[in-house]
Amino acid sequence: MRLVFALIAMMMVFPVHAVEPDEILDDPVLENRARELSKGLRCLVCRNQSIDDSDAELAKDLRVVVRDRLVAGDSDDEVIAFVVDRYGEYVLLKPRFSIGNAALYLGGPVLLIIGGFAFRRMTRQPAEATAAPVKAPAPLSEEERAKLASLIGKGD
Amino acid sequence: MINEIGHFALILAFAVSIAQSVIPMWGAHKGYAEPMRFAEPAAITAFLLVGLSFAALTHGFLNSDFSLRVVAANSHSLKPLLYKISGVWGNHEGSMLLWVLILTLFGGLVAALGKAIPPELKARTLAVQGMVGVAFLAFILFTSNPFDRLIVPPEDGSGLNPLLQDPGLAFHPPFLYLGYVGLSMPFSFAVAALIEGRVDAGWARWVRPWTLLAWSGLTIGIALGSYWAYYELGWGGWWFWDPVENASFMPWLVATALLHSVIVVEKRGTLQSWTILLAIFGFSLSLVGTFIVRSGIITSVHAFANDPERGVFILGMLGAAIGGSLILYTWRAPKLKNDTVFAVMSRESALVMNNLLMSVSCAVVFIGTLYPLMVELATNGESKISVGAPFFDLAFAPLMVLVLIVMPIGTALPWKRGDLPKAMARIWPAVLIAFCIGAVFAMLRWGGPILAPFAIMLSFWAIFGVLADLGERVKLGKAPARESARRLANLPRSVWGQAIAHIGLGATAFGVAAITAWESEDIRTANAGDMIPISTYEIRFDGVTTEPGPNFRADIGRFTIFENGEIVGKISSEKRFYPVQNAHTTEAGIRSSLIEDVYVSLGEKQENGSWAVRSYIKPYANWIWLGALIMTLGGLLSLSDRRHRVGAPTRAKKQKMVAAE
Repeated sequence: MRLVFALIAMMMVFPVHAVEPDEILDDPVLENRARELSKGLRCLVCRNQSIDDSDAELAKDLRVVVRDRLVAGDSDDEVIAFVVDRYGEYVLLKPRFSIGNAALYLGGPVLLIIGGFAFRRMTRQPAEATAAPVKAPAPLSEEERAKLASLIGKGD
Repeated sequence: MINEIGHFALILAFAVSIAQSVIPMWGAHKGYAEPMRFAEPAAITAFLLVGLSFAALTHGFLNSDFSLRVVAANSHSLKPLLYKISGVWGNHEGSMLLWVLILTLFGGLVAALGKAIPPELKARTLAVQGMVGVAFLAFILFTSNPFDRLIVPPEDGSGLNPLLQDPGLAFHPPFLYLGYVGLSMPFSFAVAALIEGRVDAGWARWVRPWTLLAWSGLTIGIALGSYWAYYELGWGGWWFWDPVENASFMPWLVATALLHSVIVVEKRGTLQSWTILLAIFGFSLSLVGTFIVRSGIITSVHAFANDPERGVFILGMLGAAIGGSLILYTWRAPKLKNDTVFAVMSRESALVMNNLLMSVSCAVVFIGTLYPLMVELATNGESKISVGAPFFDLAFAPLMVLVLIVMPIGTALPWKRGDLPKAMARIWPAVLIAFCIGAVFAMLRWGGPILAPFAIMLSFWAIFGVLADLGERVKLGKAPARESARRLANLPRSVWGQAIAHIGLGATAFGVAAITAWESEDIRTANAGDMIPISTYEIRFDGVTTEPGPNFRADIGRFTIFENGEIVGKISSEKRFYPVQNAHTTEAGIRSSLIEDVYVSLGEKQENGSWAVRSYIKPYANWIWLGALIMTLGGLLSLSDRRHRVGAPTRAKKQKMVAAE
């Protein structure tokens, strides 16, 4: 339920809407690149929202910065580098791979591999499990034979 | 007076729950029948008392009794009736009360309907359920009392947050809670089984319906929240990988895994300790979902300090529940029978594969959600990182691809020993159909993202794979049509439920792939009469009028949709202003269909008198929620299978025996 409240609290502060008409670049190719870049950049005063989704003033400023850099002829990487230089890696919604972030990126794959090994161990055993009973059991001893005979006899 | 009764009933419920958690547990330990039987009237009484308390609070909201602090802070005399009711749980205190109401309802149901549960298991399960109740009731009574009074009541209330004044959000929390709290039942059964040291097919049969119920509630609750975001946020976003969303998604993933592993326990008698572990994790994540998000700790460590009393209480509860059950697990689980052996290609190994993929998906979401917090804590706040949608999309999509590939094969495999060629022989038409549909989409949407047709192919592989298997089960085309129809009608409801839920997942996947790949968008300022060309449509802006609502004022923008020069529909989008809270909300105008949504939202008025207008074409958007609805339907259908019904297992067996005689 706070689920909802938190979502809401964030929206109360920034009534939705995001990209405003006056920001949009005339060149659709550049605008498209701007939109794609915006989706990966965090609105610094919001909760895990990209600047593309946010209506905060700060997000708007950042969207304009991105567009200015693109118009100035920066490549996508240069724009990102420019923004990260100013605001730090915090601004990236997909953090760069680093030693500190290794667990973030490798956690899933490593668990999948471990789980895969566990799965193989589980499914390998039946071959051995079924192999074992195939070994002919030792023949019955005299004693057992007698017992068996008496048991069968009782059954009649 | 009524408020005092409500408050008093809550205190009584607290006392009853303490007795419920102690006496039956002791009875089961000693083997005394009477104390064990005490669990039943206690659980039912607790439910009735909490129900009385909830009714009293509802009375306060309906009659706008502003002497109650929560009513004054969250309601308003002019609010429509629906939102006076939903206002009961639209705040912290009331939502906690709803939580306990559902908790005690489930306890009461087990007590009243679970006649066939072995007495020890039942006593212990209800005792554990009672302990959860004690913790929550204490939390409510000591830190979040909804019956807190104001000495000087205000003239009118501050009103409910306008964003909550929406039918979708009015029912989002109850469904979500149904899921969260529903997972307390498998948890209680799991802890009881650990204490008992025994897990058998009967146990699995008791756990399965509760897991199904919880899962269905979570599915519909999450879908409601997502649909609400879609039409209310003004640009049609439907999933944000926001921590609060993730908090509800993680229990769903675990519940999905539990749903499948419990089948293996029931049918093959293996995988017990893993299933117990899932049951513990499922409820733990529900608690985390309820609390950690509430305390704001995920957003920032500092938010926690704002309310240290509740915070410490929450941490204590989480520690006791999660830590306690895990310690019990490490102590007792090794005693459970665990000789898991099965063939690589078999139904059970496919179910294990499901468990692997769901658990890893959950772990990925968990790590991603908590990583920023971990980094902040580890570096003492010096280094901060963000983990958002782009990361989750990247990490989650491959796992879902695997799920979709494996799912139809798994359902086509027989128990114990199967082989891939045989399974594929059952469902090969699905490959063909999926390929054709993918190819058609590739041609229709030429120039779109290259991966999109493959994603579409996968979704339809999932859908038709399940259908093909169903067809094979009833010998469609191999036996006379009448025979097939008879077999179809005779399929157990759990088989229907499984097929329908799996089709639902395929439908959701299709919607997600399509909207992600082929959405079109137009953002501009427009004057009345302007035409906005988008995709195959033209949208005419017909101007804005201002009209009063029940407790708000709305600017209503009207639009006419043209296709090939002909009018195909009219929609309107509102910007609402709620004077009580001094807040705005938007209501998008949507022309909805299964093919695509035409989505228009009215933005700000510009200085020159024109309006910002956002128009979108959202292809196959409704499939996302339709799929979730189908999944829920599948869950409920399976739940209605008499073998799963609470109290049914032994009764069904008896009937069969009678029939055999």
